[in-house]
Amino acid sequence: MYLENISLINFKNYDELNLKFSSQVNCFVGENGSGKTNLLDAIHYLSMTKSAFHAVEQQTIRHEAPFFMVQGQFIKEKKHHIFCSFQSGQKKVFKHNKKPYEKISEHIGDYPLVLIAPDDTDVIREGSELRRRFFDSILSQIDKDYLHTLMRYNHILKQRNSLMKQFSMQNYFDKDLLEPYNIQLLEHARAIFNKRKSFIFRFSPLVKKHYANISDGKEAVELLYQSELDMERYEAFFIQNIKKDLMMQRTTSGVHKDDFEFMIDNYSLKKTGSQGQQKSFLIALKLAHFDVMKDDKGFKPLLLLDDIFDKLDDKRIGKLLDMIANNVFGQLFVTDARPERTSRIFEHLPAEVKVFNF
Amino acid sequence: MQFASKLIEEAVTEISRLPGIGKKTALRLVLFLLKEEKAITQALSHALQNMRENIRYCDVCHNISDTPICTICTGHRRDQSIICVVEDIPDILAIENTAQYNGLYHVLGGIISPMEGMGPGELNIESLVNRIATANPAVQEIIFALSPTMEGDTTAFYLTKKLKAFALKTSTIARGIPIGGELEYTDEITLGRSILSRIAYDGK
Repeated sequence: MYLENISLINFKNYDELNLKFSSQVNCFVGENGSGKTNLLDAIHYLSMTKSAFHAVEQQTIRHEAPFFMVQGQFIKEKKHHIFCSFQSGQKKVFKHNKKPYEKISEHIGDYPLVLIAPDDTDVIREGSELRRRFFDSILSQIDKDYLHTLMRYNHILKQRNSLMKQFSMQNYFDKDLLEPYNIQLLEHARAIFNKRKSFIFRFSPLVKKHYANISDGKEAVELLYQSELDMERYEAFFIQNIKKDLMMQRTTSGVHKDDFEFMIDNYSLKKTGSQGQQKSFLIALKLAHFDVMKDDKGFKPLLLLDDIFDKLDDKRIGKLLDMIANNVFGQLFVTDARPERTSRIFEHLPAEVKVFNF
Repeated sequence: MQFASKLIEEAVTEISRLPGIGKKTALRLVLFLLKEEKAITQALSHALQNMRENIRYCDVCHNISDTPICTICTGHRRDQSIICVVEDIPDILAIENTAQYNGLYHVLGGIISPMEGMGPGELNIESLVNRIATANPAVQEIIFALSPTMEGDTTAFYLTKKLKAFALKTSTIARGIPIGGELEYTDEITLGRSILSRIAYDGK
């Protein structure tokens, strides 16, 4: 699969842009602030239906413009034309071959991509929510049933929390009314737990392999899934917690509290890892993500590398270039602020390299 | 919208309160009434007022009724031993139109959803329990015809708990592929569930 072309209107700093891509390596070179990363974000839109950087759609529209539009054509056996537009105050429109999706979420996973922005180590350093989101996003792309189960879980959770609030504000308790929420929540939590657990079982060796390759195998890394559902009698624990739930007016235990811990030589990577180790680990996570997508989809996802030549040392860059040369990846998009460096790096690569100057 | 007449503006505002009617449609209706004979407007407002003043809900099943007890509850040919529990009045019309059901109904008037402030206290649950406790002849079976959502399931579960004391047969309407529907266009959840709760095929 590859992206053949893209066309933008009013997308971030672009008023209008039309580009045709190489099916192999594409380099966006230009000064900082010229819009290279914005272009990667536009590609992210076509794949994931949203920005990689902004939670609010409005921020994607060029200043003072009324709307934005992104179109692109993926080649995956056949041609797939993807259209996305957003006008402030209205719903986002997403079309596949001119036909609007009934639910935009149906699109996710069909044209996968992996974005590596080495500075973005938030998933390692920040709270557990970002890690859950990282793994949920991968799982949702390879397993639509997972996405549905997760959405239902969150819905039941919201209803249960509202009920807890009502119980505590109106000072009463109805065991029969709470029970259906307990049963449904536990059932969905168990399903999510099983899927996350077996996914980490599969994902962890891939991360280790990539980390060893990137860092020359100096440190041992480990990826641990931590969930209260792992305890032997979780259901009993959950029921015991009802008193606490009533006091806190929310559900205090469940898969929405899960975390994924990253370890380096048996210590927490978050607390003791150096910046370089954290970057290497992030890249290993992303490459493992790439592997999983490739295996499940049967084709290679797009790979977007944002500013890696500035942010990584030569050794790690060398490892990535080896992988590119060995045809590990499919279509590639790379940004760099220095054109001469890019041409030097890709000069000897046995691939079709197209350079776009900004 | 600017109107030449305050009277027209008032009428348009009132009519556009109705669901599915915007200002433009409301204006069209008002101008229609203005053009026609006065009697039409009088008949309309009289019918509406009469409906609003005199309509009542069945004391037993909470369906719309002209009399204290509705025609379904008093129907001689109706099977008194079976009650179908529905969320709201339009559900009764839908089930009646199938002509496949000959029992009684019970309108809950909503569905349990704490997020929207709908608890069991807001629904006609107590009257259902009382009704079953005092029914003569006795009720044998309860059918839950509720939406196949998490809220519908919760409501059915809660009701089952409340009705546990009575020896009742309880069931919920089947979920699955629509008749005449195409398999490949059925959503994955429905199809998955249909496979899990498949029906033995006896070749008839």
